[in-house]
Amino acid sequence: MADFKEISPDAPAGAKLMNWVDNRFPATKMFKEHLSEYYAPKNLNIWYMFGSLSLLVLVIQIVTGIFLTMNYKPDAALAFGSVEYIMRDVPWGWLIRYMHSTGASAFFIVVYLHMFRGLIYGSYRKPRELIWVFGCAIFLALMAEAFMGYLLPWGQMSYWGAQVIVNLFAAIPFVGPDLALLIRGDYVVGDATLNRFFAFHVIAVPLVLLGLVVAHIIALHEVGSNNPDGVEIKAKKDADGKPLDGIAFHPFYTVHDIFGVSVFLLVFSAVVFFAPEAGGYFLEYNNFIPADPLKTPSHIAPVWYFTPFYSMLRAITTEMMYVLVLCVAVAAVLAVLKGGLNGLFKGVVAVGAVVLCLVMLNIDAKFWGVVVMGGAVIILFFLPWLDNSPVKSIRYRPSWNKWLYAVFVLNFLVLGYLGIKPPSPINERVSQIGTLFYFGFFLLMPWWSRLGSFKPVPDRVTFSAH
Amino acid sequence: MKQIKKLVLGFLASVFISGVQAAGGGIAWDRAPDRTNDFAALQNGAKLFVNYCLNCHSAAFMRYNRLTDIGLTEKQIKDNLLFTTDKVGDTMKAAIDPKQAKAWFGGNPPDLTVIARSRSAAGQGSGADYLYTYLRTYYRDDTKATGWNNLAFPNVGMPHVLWELQGERQPVFQKAMSHGQEVQVFSGWKQVTPGTLSARDYDSAMADLVSYLQWMAEPAQNTRVRVGAWVLLFLGLFVLVAWRLNAAYWKEIK
Repeated sequence: MADFKEISPDAPAGAKLMNWVDNRFPATKMFKEHLSEYYAPKNLNIWYMFGSLSLLVLVIQIVTGIFLTMNYKPDAALAFGSVEYIMRDVPWGWLIRYMHSTGASAFFIVVYLHMFRGLIYGSYRKPRELIWVFGCAIFLALMAEAFMGYLLPWGQMSYWGAQVIVNLFAAIPFVGPDLALLIRGDYVVGDATLNRFFAFHVIAVPLVLLGLVVAHIIALHEVGSNNPDGVEIKAKKDADGKPLDGIAFHPFYTVHDIFGVSVFLLVFSAVVFFAPEAGGYFLEYNNFIPADPLKTPSHIAPVWYFTPFYSMLRAITTEMMYVLVLCVAVAAVLAVLKGGLNGLFKGVVAVGAVVLCLVMLNIDAKFWGVVVMGGAVIILFFLPWLDNSPVKSIRYRPSWNKWLYAVFVLNFLVLGYLGIKPPSPINERVSQIGTLFYFGFFLLMPWWSRLGSFKPVPDRVTFSAH
Repeated sequence: MKQIKKLVLGFLASVFISGVQAAGGGIAWDRAPDRTNDFAALQNGAKLFVNYCLNCHSAAFMRYNRLTDIGLTEKQIKDNLLFTTDKVGDTMKAAIDPKQAKAWFGGNPPDLTVIARSRSAAGQGSGADYLYTYLRTYYRDDTKATGWNNLAFPNVGMPHVLWELQGERQPVFQKAMSHGQEVQVFSGWKQVTPGTLSARDYDSAMADLVSYLQWMAEPAQNTRVRVGAWVLLFLGLFVLVAWRLNAAYWKEIK
């Protein structure tokens, strides 16, 4: 507890007020700790904009969401009409709605870029594992938020997209059908589903999301930002204990972020005002047809930000299961022969692998598709413990790592593209290769991240004055 | 290696072809003239819409008095366009009984409020393009219950409501070779009986009607673009200020 501070009666009114507040709430203390005396590396580049931009989009979504809720009706008979009411009869309703629908896509764009930044500069490495884990949880919550929000306009894509995804849960052995029933609240997606998704979308998930964002930022401010060189700035401090390569977040990164925000808003507004449908990617054309439970659209695809994962789901066919079984078998043989395990563990691994292979062959591939789709997100949580590279940043990793990361990104984009397209034999093959690559990238990381010759990491960050 | 090459080539091919093959079932769409900023065209389109479409199709989210946005007064709307209601604040509801519609056409005529938005298709064109093509490609087909068929929407349930304006036409097909097989290729139209409008005037009337449908699908669209220009202008200036502000602070960081 801080001592009560007296202030001279001649002090300016503002100082008196702040003194009064500071004796009761740590306003100035927090401002210093998190802004004016929070030191961030001075070499942060453009990739470091997307964290604050994610926060901006979160605020946009919450504020526009509140106003949408004022006129939206979570009722299967009224939902579609109420969205059109917002678009037509509510003053500036169209703007609020377009900001919210564009914001959903923008959220995923900035979050994907933010995650990629973490990936290439090793921002998930010690001591920042928890920041990364909270971040992955945010991503997961965001996916739930987007999925449930997408049902609300009650168009054909809303309806059938939800129908397809909820039906996936029915593939889980034993509990599946009951679980799907629990999620829908009905035997098909209907009014009950719309109401519970609305409840989750407007309050339950946003609360979780906000809590996680606070945890993400508290953890970040505890250890400080990583930087493109992957050098710990706290290792070199001046006499006052201030990192030599650190600069105060405020004003230097606040002005930086204001600039970033202005550019982002320019692009965001260009979409909102001139191409709110974004060619059918942000607002799908089919979703302008009211939901009709009796008319299945010929082609159902999730919104673009889910398609890489949807592709991986579709890649898991019965045929693909043989490939996966083979992968498990090879991994088990290698572990037994080269793993340096003692006899007991060798036996456990061998028996475990045999059991796993049998289970994989005896449960419907659809279920494993769900497992793979979920696994593609869950595996991200483990990244800090998969990476064994002696350096953090890609700058000091072997040159071929850059190619590997480039292929990883390309692969992710190709999977995303294939997820939009109707299935075809060629697309299926490509998405299967893509799925193997995606998982191979992470699961083999403990080995490949140690290979090659690493460049010497400097003691101080590299920075040239602007 | 050959296999991989084949896969990659196949994938690339599918990227470029996918837009084309999605057309499935209809002919390629003509480009609709955009008259969504032309009040005279929109008013003519509204008149055609109310006279020909609204008998069977509703526009249940569109209020009559929104037509004031395209230069009509409430009195003009009341005198010329209100048939099923006498309140300008009402939405556009069809005169037809849904049960009868189902019996006559095999289905309820869809609501047209946002039809121009829902009919867009990537690689094919906008919803307006589709509607413009659809409204101009009806032909006599005695094998159909209504006696009409359509090139853009094969086996359509709706008869050619505008046939008096357009007259009857027959599509002309030519034989052509494609991939070693003889196929019928659409090559043009033959006018069978004249309509009250010339072919050119009919196309123009349809362009007006489609522009109206496009405007009705999003009445705020012109406001959106107008406001958007100012917003971008403001943000453009703001970017400059933010950029210089940033530079001013960062000068001292060495």
